[in-house]
Amino acid sequence: MNREFMLDGLPVAFTEGQTILQAARAAGRYIPSLCWHPDFPPHGSCKLCIVKANGRHVSACALPAREGMEVESDTPEINGERRALLQMLFVEGNHFCPSCEKSGNCQLQAQAYELEMTSARFDYLFPVRPVDASHPDILLDFNRCIFCELCVRASRDVDGKHIFALTERGIHKHLVVNAESGRLSDTDFAADDLAAHICPVGVILHKRVGFQRPIGQRDYDHEPISQVAMEESS
Amino acid sequence: MPDIERVVHAAAARYEHDATQLLQILIAVQDELGYLSPPALTAIATTLNIPRSRVQGVAGFYSFLYTEPVGRYRILFADNITDRMLGAPLLLDELCRKLWLERGKLSEDGLVSIDTTSCTGLCDQGPALLVNGRVVTRVDHRRINRIAELVRRQVPVEDWPAEFFHIDDNICRRDALLGTPFKPGSALIAAMRLGRNDWLQEMHKSKLRGRGGAGFTTAVKWTGCRDAPGQQKVIVCNAYEGEPGTFKDRVLLNSFADHVFEGMTLASWATGAQLGLVYLRGEYRYLWPALHEVLERRRAAGLLGKAILGTPGFDFDIQFHLGAGSYVCGEETALLESLEGKRGTPRIRPPFPVVRGYLGRPTVVNNVETLAKTCLIALQGGSAFAATGTRQSTGTKLLSVSGDCAAPGIYEYPFGVSIAKVLDDCGASDTQAVQVGGASGMMMATYEFHRSIACEDVPSAGAFMVFDSSRDPFEIAHNFVDFFVHESCGFCTPCRLGTTLLKGYMDKIARGYGAKVDLADIDWVNRLLKNASHCGLGTTAPNPVVDTLVKFRPAYERRMQSLDFEPAFDLDAELETARRLTGRADPAAYLNGNNEARP
Repeated sequence: MNREFMLDGLPVAFTEGQTILQAARAAGRYIPSLCWHPDFPPHGSCKLCIVKANGRHVSACALPAREGMEVESDTPEINGERRALLQMLFVEGNHFCPSCEKSGNCQLQAQAYELEMTSARFDYLFPVRPVDASHPDILLDFNRCIFCELCVRASRDVDGKHIFALTERGIHKHLVVNAESGRLSDTDFAADDLAAHICPVGVILHKRVGFQRPIGQRDYDHEPISQVAMEESS
Repeated sequence: MPDIERVVHAAAARYEHDATQLLQILIAVQDELGYLSPPALTAIATTLNIPRSRVQGVAGFYSFLYTEPVGRYRILFADNITDRMLGAPLLLDELCRKLWLERGKLSEDGLVSIDTTSCTGLCDQGPALLVNGRVVTRVDHRRINRIAELVRRQVPVEDWPAEFFHIDDNICRRDALLGTPFKPGSALIAAMRLGRNDWLQEMHKSKLRGRGGAGFTTAVKWTGCRDAPGQQKVIVCNAYEGEPGTFKDRVLLNSFADHVFEGMTLASWATGAQLGLVYLRGEYRYLWPALHEVLERRRAAGLLGKAILGTPGFDFDIQFHLGAGSYVCGEETALLESLEGKRGTPRIRPPFPVVRGYLGRPTVVNNVETLAKTCLIALQGGSAFAATGTRQSTGTKLLSVSGDCAAPGIYEYPFGVSIAKVLDDCGASDTQAVQVGGASGMMMATYEFHRSIACEDVPSAGAFMVFDSSRDPFEIAHNFVDFFVHESCGFCTPCRLGTTLLKGYMDKIARGYGAKVDLADIDWVNRLLKNASHCGLGTTAPNPVVDTLVKFRPAYERRMQSLDFEPAFDLDAELETARRLTGRADPAAYLNGNNEARP
């Protein structure tokens, strides 16, 4: 049975159990997201995918689509709120795009362009987050963490290693690794783990390959993330 | 370190090496070792055969678990606005001075540390503090002197004067629940006589709504759980009374525990659940021994356990879980995560707990007061219960009254009682505002005192904090904002950052650097919190600021030097380091040329 909901006034077909975001992507319609990944269950922490469904704010990644639902996504109101969420993420960490190895491949940066964020608006928090360069193949730069938990989930659910976890809470929440010393080199993390390839920002970096692909020729340098993401999923 | 190994093994054995009991095991280990050192966390992970990263993740989440060394005396002053109004900040400073230490820092000799904690549920007899997890009430200058002396002489907390730990129920008004004598087992017998289905029908007729604040119809929850696929259903009693200003559950658990446990058994009768769990907030740990006695008594009387009251197939028993300082664990899905030994992060809903709850089983989560009320329904019938209160909010409600009034304590009223009537009864005068429902509730101004406490008008989990005209609404809101920053779990972007940024603006205004643009930014952050947050903590966190900005705006504006732009810092004060380094004190070293930084 073909079931539909309305996304910004246009119909989107869905199958039972699909979330709003899944159905939209499958139909070639983009809804911005950061913590969502097609291979994992919805997480719902970044809230970039907020939409209004029948007038109520919900996370598009988590809410199953329902017949006849009216969903607003690409509207000035929702995009304004998404921009503010991005601004919050930018002031929370230490994001210096011009000197970051992930520049051009970074989803946070790409979303900022996508949603036309031109300033951070809020006061920077400037947290102190030392890097961990102990591992022979991987560098961890916690300054850029946005707490999407993709590395946590990939290591736990796919690699079966539980390398990463979040500890503390609230604004003090931070990433830790599975070692009493707190150093990545004391874990069994390997450069070919899925968790080593899943960070949407620049926390988990491979050593000795920095800037191999020049800035200017990277994923989001020529096309906005809304197009790149749709090409990947098609 | 063999000592750590021994302690960890003993704690793990007590909980049968069950990783879902991780929080309980962490609490038990900390009780023995003082704090959870890195080797202790490793030992727990090894013993339970779970990843160390998970253990560290959980240990870091709860504010009563310590991963850094703490003093042998850990003193935490309750920091609710009602404690502050009773002078808690001055008392804290005084104790710090007497013991020669800085707030939040461990004393050099490792003897004592002093800090603040969220509301301890003793607003009617505050200011309160926790010493090594035990509650001290009615702290005043004399008690501070004696506490300083006891700490200096290193007297074990068990040997401190018993009157320090004395807690009164302070029941000031009794109605259907508190005023009716109750024989344990009588409600259960009545419901069992009806049969499981008819008993649930009585619950439907009663229209009982949850007393934890959300006001969801209890019978609908129970029916959902009963009809959900899955065998091992669970009844959870939410005794995580963390909402600032609320202490009714403390009194119910202290003096009406039979009602509560019987209510859980009634829920089991309706849904077929065999396991009951009580999640008790860490601050109420002192209630634990007495509650266990009640459970034992009920087991001996055949009211719990196998074949309850001789009915084959009616098996139900109750276990206890202890919280460790995390308000968000009062949210039902965060509570379930915590019960499973995880970080208290709220889940994505749907699925709802009645379908997939504790360990994936159909689970009813009910508030303490809700469960106690079901006994009345069993005894009087659903229709009689529904005849009291209002049409949409039936029965009575326990209010925890505190703040500027002659008689703080517990007041039981039928739903629909006006705010003015409560104020009158508790002896409040010159009242400027009432915070109904706690930090996440509504701040009511004088022109709203005719409104009534009911789900359809002014909903409330039970807090009723009274503020007279000497209080500053800005300070009240500021206190609640601090509370939410401390208690945000940090899972979602809007709440983690929104509460933090909101605190930044409130601090800035408090320092006298606020400007009109900040009020606009506050409105914007409030909107994001409300619209985009993952759970009720984030969506309600802006309430105190939204309400005070609308109803008490001058309290904000009078703190502003200018209603236009004002920088967030004082440039002249920032030059102080340079002046000190260069030894300059001449007028030219000051921007305003008058030898002093602005106050």
